[in-house]
Amino acid sequence: MSMNHLAEKQKKHSPAGNDIPDEWFKPKEKNENDSEKVVRPSLSYWQDAWRRLLKNKLAIGGLVFLIFLTFMAIFGPMLSPYSVSESVRANQNQPPSPSHWFGTDNLGRDVFTRTWYGARISLFVGLMAALIDFFIGVIYGGIAGYKGGRTDNVMMRIIEILYGLPYLLVVILLLVVMGPSLMTIIIALTVTGWVGMARIVRGQVMQIKNYEFVLASKSFGTKTSRIIRKNLLPNTMGPIIVQMTLTVPTAIFAEAFLSFLGLGIQSPYASWGVMANDALGTILSGHWWRLFFPAFFISATMFAFNVLGDGLQDALDPKLRR
Amino acid sequence: MTKYIIKRFLIMIGTVLIIATLTFFLMHAIPGSPFNEERNSNEVVQANLEAHYHLNEPLFIQYLIYLKSIATLDFGPSIKHPTQTVNDLLGRGFPISFELGIVTILVAVISGIILGVLAALKHNGIIDYLAMTIAVLGISIPNFVLATLLIQKLAVDWDIFPAATWSSPLHMVLPTLALATGPMAIIARLTRSSMLEVLTQDYIKTARAKGLMPYKIIIKHALKNALMPVVTILGTLLAGILTGTFVIEKIFAIPGMGRYFIESINQRDYPVIMGTTVFYSFFLVFMLFLVDIAYGLLDPRIKMHKKEGE
Amino acid sequence: MEKLLEVRDLEVSFLTYGGEVQAVRGVSFDLHRGETLAIVGESGCGKSVTANSIMRLIPQPPGRITNGTIQFKDKELITLPENQMRKIRGVDISMIFQDPMTALNPTLTVGNQLTEGLKQHTSVSAKQAKQKAVELLDLVGIPNPEERLSLYPHQFSGGMRQRIVIAMALICEPELLIADEPTTALDVTIQAQILELFERIQEQTGVAIILITHDLGVVAKIADRIAVMYAGKIIEVGTKKEIFYQSQHPYTKGLLNSVPRLDRREGKLIPIDGTPPDLFSPPAGCPFTARCPKAMEVCDRVYPLETKLSSTHEVECWLQDERANKLLASK
Repeated sequence: MSMNHLAEKQKKHSPAGNDIPDEWFKPKEKNENDSEKVVRPSLSYWQDAWRRLLKNKLAIGGLVFLIFLTFMAIFGPMLSPYSVSESVRANQNQPPSPSHWFGTDNLGRDVFTRTWYGARISLFVGLMAALIDFFIGVIYGGIAGYKGGRTDNVMMRIIEILYGLPYLLVVILLLVVMGPSLMTIIIALTVTGWVGMARIVRGQVMQIKNYEFVLASKSFGTKTSRIIRKNLLPNTMGPIIVQMTLTVPTAIFAEAFLSFLGLGIQSPYASWGVMANDALGTILSGHWWRLFFPAFFISATMFAFNVLGDGLQDALDPKLRR
Repeated sequence: MTKYIIKRFLIMIGTVLIIATLTFFLMHAIPGSPFNEERNSNEVVQANLEAHYHLNEPLFIQYLIYLKSIATLDFGPSIKHPTQTVNDLLGRGFPISFELGIVTILVAVISGIILGVLAALKHNGIIDYLAMTIAVLGISIPNFVLATLLIQKLAVDWDIFPAATWSSPLHMVLPTLALATGPMAIIARLTRSSMLEVLTQDYIKTARAKGLMPYKIIIKHALKNALMPVVTILGTLLAGILTGTFVIEKIFAIPGMGRYFIESINQRDYPVIMGTTVFYSFFLVFMLFLVDIAYGLLDPRIKMHKKEGE
Repeated sequence: MEKLLEVRDLEVSFLTYGGEVQAVRGVSFDLHRGETLAIVGESGCGKSVTANSIMRLIPQPPGRITNGTIQFKDKELITLPENQMRKIRGVDISMIFQDPMTALNPTLTVGNQLTEGLKQHTSVSAKQAKQKAVELLDLVGIPNPEERLSLYPHQFSGGMRQRIVIAMALICEPELLIADEPTTALDVTIQAQILELFERIQEQTGVAIILITHDLGVVAKIADRIAVMYAGKIIEVGTKKEIFYQSQHPYTKGLLNSVPRLDRREGKLIPIDGTPPDLFSPPAGCPFTARCPKAMEVCDRVYPLETKLSSTHEVECWLQDERANKLLASK
């Protein structure tokens, strides 16, 4: 066959092929790494996620706002000469002015100072709720997911029952019994709040524990606690972080809601919910600043956490890589 | 399916028992609880409590009597209004709250689904961007803030809608709007993301490869699957709406159950708090049960799922 | 044999955040009535994109057919308006996807999904449609088809589902069936059954088949001709015999050496080292150069010309150039 073949081949060659210099037809210098050449730099999971988050303008805007808010929550009250509960009789219901940037309320208290105190309360409640949810949820969900079988079955039944509890009603009940205070609110919020986190962690762990690399560590006789710490947790972090980010606005809302109902932080201490509740009667009187500032900061903070959570969700989802 | 319903029913009973038990013992644990005889100066009240809770019996017997009475939906007397029972208050207030809740959930579901589907179909387009901005705002603005804003603008400044009470369909607009925006936003986001997910599924590709009309692909193949997750959160949303009625009724001066409930909290009228909490919890858990059943009917795989889960 | 489909210079790219991915880079091939053409290659080589382009099912955006023609009978598919393309999909050309577990809608009965295409494209009555569905389920070897119509997909095994998917694709009696990795998701024993089914269907209906696969075992069983794709190009095409016994391209040879074969004595499998190039910036020359054991200077710089070895066998490789032969001879 070969003679025939060669003859045919030579005939078939188009003239363009003859333009190519003959000396190019020599074996290529072999480069060891040639076949493994990677054109794009490879990024770690977190680098890649961060890069994608940076592209999300809204989420970054939210992050910047939250950094600003945290800063003001810490230092804001120091910028003002007034204390949170100091009321000046002559200064009631003053509109915003150079001496009272956000105006004053009906007791002559400085709204600017109270707003940043409110920020402290809101951020504290939100972060504490998220942290406690995280610890309980990760431990509970981790055990349920990792053990599986009967343990998981019983633990999930418990969760299913708790999931059915209308959480705000339970929270209200607890607050009525335990008396309104910041600690009570946080405890009440986490009594039912961890369930969501536990479910997510369990789902993730269930999925990941059967992956080859976990089976591999297991076959080497690695201890369970170590497998959970080294293998499972880093791989479940994405959804956990997202869940935490989205727990915070829920908790902030709950605190404001409860304070608004008169079950939360009590006057003279300021929380955004308390301030909004106090200002409710002022709609008709035109003292807009008393409602505007707390309302704006509740909404803006929840908005910031929500868009940041959404952004993180997109950025951390490995399915969306590329 | 029967097995699934029975299982859901047992979970419902479990939740209800926990709520009832929790409520009972929490109320008894309160320092200076209304159930302490020396607390109550009013003889009528004391007699009412005595008759209903059998306060001279041991705690455990009291607990059983309590369980029996709530099983027959009898929530006992009020302390602050000696002539009324919790059932009287519920009978007066709940229908109004229920009406507000139903109108709200209908508005939220319908507008949320429409918004979500539009956003998904025009993915990354202007409509998508707009709908999702509305949705995030809707989730971020607490209903009581939105309510006051609506009153300020639509009722006071522009005088389009009445600001308070619940006497005509026009009066229902602002409270419903204030209460429905949050759930609507949640439904819109969920519908959008689940629609986007469903649209990438192979069976959608198969449907396109069959040469089906686009509207048919969306309605017949995509929407039904995309709405499954929406059905599952309806129960949770309903809980949010029901508790939301508390503040909305307070702000709009609507004579619903929420107003009595807040009043009872402020007056520490424990039997009313207890009764309302238990009643609302029952109601919600029952709704959750109905939602689960609806889901089971919608998804033919439900039997398999349960088997796999075990 | 009459030509059914003619693809010329097809180019498809996808716009991603990282830039334009040129998934298909000038693919040409023909398909005749009643024949089976297998398109073979590693994942990501553009074979599925080629198949989806014929159906015009490339998601747009990010995908875009940037060049080429696809002639089906007397119609040019690339420029065909969407509403006319819809009348071709499922009627003249049908497609089967990889995973039968996800290709069927879980919330609709099998009967509903089987007949909806027929109802869309013809004016048959519900009863006739049902009868046709029963006929086809029978053809693909599903027992008690009448009773099965009212069942949901999850009530069938994977192999059964793939049979249903095939029946669904055949219900409007298409002339061309595109099967995208139809056996990849199935057990080996089921795979063989499904391939036999394809053969039987082709005998009975005369449908032409484009089989997209990475599995040379599948190809050996049912293909008439084979096109080997690499990095968005068809680098060698020929009859099954030509590809299996007279392959010329080092990649094709490598591919054949990397799978077990019963017709060769040497038992050793030789993997191809390395990975295919990144199609964000495809190399100017032959994309296989980096992995090719016989690479020459020219391979890096210029894409090889097409060499026709027989009326059916074509290869794109510089080794076919006489100067390369001189070089090899001098060694």
